[in-house]
Amino acid sequence: MADQILFFIEVVVGGLLAGTMYSLVALGFVLIFKASATFNFSQGAMVFFAVLAFVGFMQDFNVPFVLAFFLAVGLMVIVGLCTERLVLRPLMNQSEDTLLMATIGLGYVLEGLAQAMWGVEVRRLDLGIKDFPIPWIADNLKLFISAIDLTAGAVAFGMIIGLSLLFKYTKMGLGLRAVADDAGAASSIGIPLKHIMLLVWSAAGVVALVAGMMWGARAGVQFALVDLALKALPVLIIGGFSSIPGAIIGGLLIGATEKVLEVYIGPFFGGAIEGWAPYVLAIFFLLYRPEGLFGEKIIRRV
Amino acid sequence: MKPIFMTYTRNDIINLAILLIVGVVVIPMTVSSGYWYTSILIPWLCLALATIGQQIIMGYTGQLALGAAGFMAAGAFACFNLILRVPGIPFVGALIISGLIAAAFGILFGLPSLRVRGIYLMVATLASQFFIIWMIDKFGWFKNYDSSGIITAQDIVIMGKPFTSPIEMYLVIVAVVTPMTLLAMNMARGSTGRNWMSVRDMDIAAESMGVSLLKTKLQAFAISSFYCGVAGALFAFTYLKSLEPVAFDIKLSFKVLFMVILGGLGTINGAFIGAGFILLFPVLLNYIGNNVFHGAIDATIISAIEQVVFGVLMIIFMIYEPLGMARLWETTKVKISHLFTKNK
Repeated sequence: MADQILFFIEVVVGGLLAGTMYSLVALGFVLIFKASATFNFSQGAMVFFAVLAFVGFMQDFNVPFVLAFFLAVGLMVIVGLCTERLVLRPLMNQSEDTLLMATIGLGYVLEGLAQAMWGVEVRRLDLGIKDFPIPWIADNLKLFISAIDLTAGAVAFGMIIGLSLLFKYTKMGLGLRAVADDAGAASSIGIPLKHIMLLVWSAAGVVALVAGMMWGARAGVQFALVDLALKALPVLIIGGFSSIPGAIIGGLLIGATEKVLEVYIGPFFGGAIEGWAPYVLAIFFLLYRPEGLFGEKIIRRV
Repeated sequence: MKPIFMTYTRNDIINLAILLIVGVVVIPMTVSSGYWYTSILIPWLCLALATIGQQIIMGYTGQLALGAAGFMAAGAFACFNLILRVPGIPFVGALIISGLIAAAFGILFGLPSLRVRGIYLMVATLASQFFIIWMIDKFGWFKNYDSSGIITAQDIVIMGKPFTSPIEMYLVIVAVVTPMTLLAMNMARGSTGRNWMSVRDMDIAAESMGVSLLKTKLQAFAISSFYCGVAGALFAFTYLKSLEPVAFDIKLSFKVLFMVILGGLGTINGAFIGAGFILLFPVLLNYIGNNVFHGAIDATIISAIEQVVFGVLMIIFMIYEPLGMARLWETTKVKISHLFTKNK
């Protein structure tokens, strides 16, 4: 009995930690949605693009770890700059569906560019953290928790706190919130819309890079990351598109639920229900709370 | 551009007759190489049919659905099982029933559209995509307990005559696609289509005008997935000639989505233009890669370039011509006709 409880806790904790990875992807999405009311479908492609560039710098050009990280960050800023210039500015004041489809196109561009530059083979990424249980926890609490999962959880948590503080207490954050509320009014009182957009897309790029590093260290840097990142969408539906804490809680909820369902109910259906369970969960959420747990209620005019 | 609900003019009927003669008489008589049929004409018509399905739900009803490939898989495997398990079932009958089965899935996964829209609906329809593929993959019954994972599709037999050569299969597809396209055009310009478009343009206003959202949206989902189901069955039986769930993954859904958007939202001929473009462009790129650069460019790089071009085109069309290539075609036609009238 005690073993079963321990096993259950292990499953839940494993799921929660895997969920933080979804949260990391969702976080980049929320950042952009908050500032520009754009559903950025290319966030998954950004994850892939950023981490592939990072690994590419390290492995193909023998750039040291830290320098490669900053090069990748610089690259993501350039991507943000180009996106703002070439995609967002011409599409200003268009409907959200148009913007959404443009970001699907952007995602295709990023995926294609990444593969053209760095190739399609799976690359290993070694962060120096091992994907096996931490001995201390395994010995004392009898729980098997992977070190890399725990690191990812800690990193995600750190980024969330950092970003929340940024939004709340800096002048920049105030500007961001003003733009999110009403872009026209904000720019009329002198908030530089362009800079804010660039900032937000760069921040989302950095978040994507970190998320990609975590995913990549675990499963290898490969195209499948894009599909995995799609799971950030149900996370967002549960948490709400405009809430940073929502992204976290949604991620944790999805991560834990999909693991529990997979382990306890999956065997009855031949397994691998992880692939669709989050989406079905999201549908049920949609039926009861279309705006998500922390989202703002959507009011539309005729 | 002509309003969509205008009645057919004499020119339209002449155009249709010309297209039919070209499609049924000229092409089978002049084109003899199997390559044209198996690699271009057959997949083009199958995917165009699926694109019409996506067009109905996205272009006409304005519901951002992203699960065309899931419904295509449902149709393909339904057709396989019907022919396998129901002795003596005619192929066309199996095709219609598989379309209806896909339509049932469409209604089920279209239910969330009554509450949500935009990207929320996209996520809900992603559920259908992943669920249907998983279901076919996990339950051996659908695949007739075949362990290899790839099943060979049965031969198409109509009235005791097998249709196996590329030309014969092409004719079967033309015989299915033509009436379905005409039907789609008629639905789009009739009251059905007007209801769809009123829901697309402003659902709340449509509701207050007496258009039942429940009926209109679910009807659109059902018809859309019927088209996708039939297209999927044809795609598997004539183009792939095998059935494997992987062939209907999310990438195919995105492809169909691109065909709709590049072709032109809310147009039936856009479905054919878009499908043709997305299908032919990679062929062209490969041709350039092989003949101009003599294979100096790696095949993976070519497919990456193809992806970049599709993405860039998508963005360009969203910015400059949200109504896609069909609209470009219309405006060029008008410009050319102006040139001629001026000269006279």
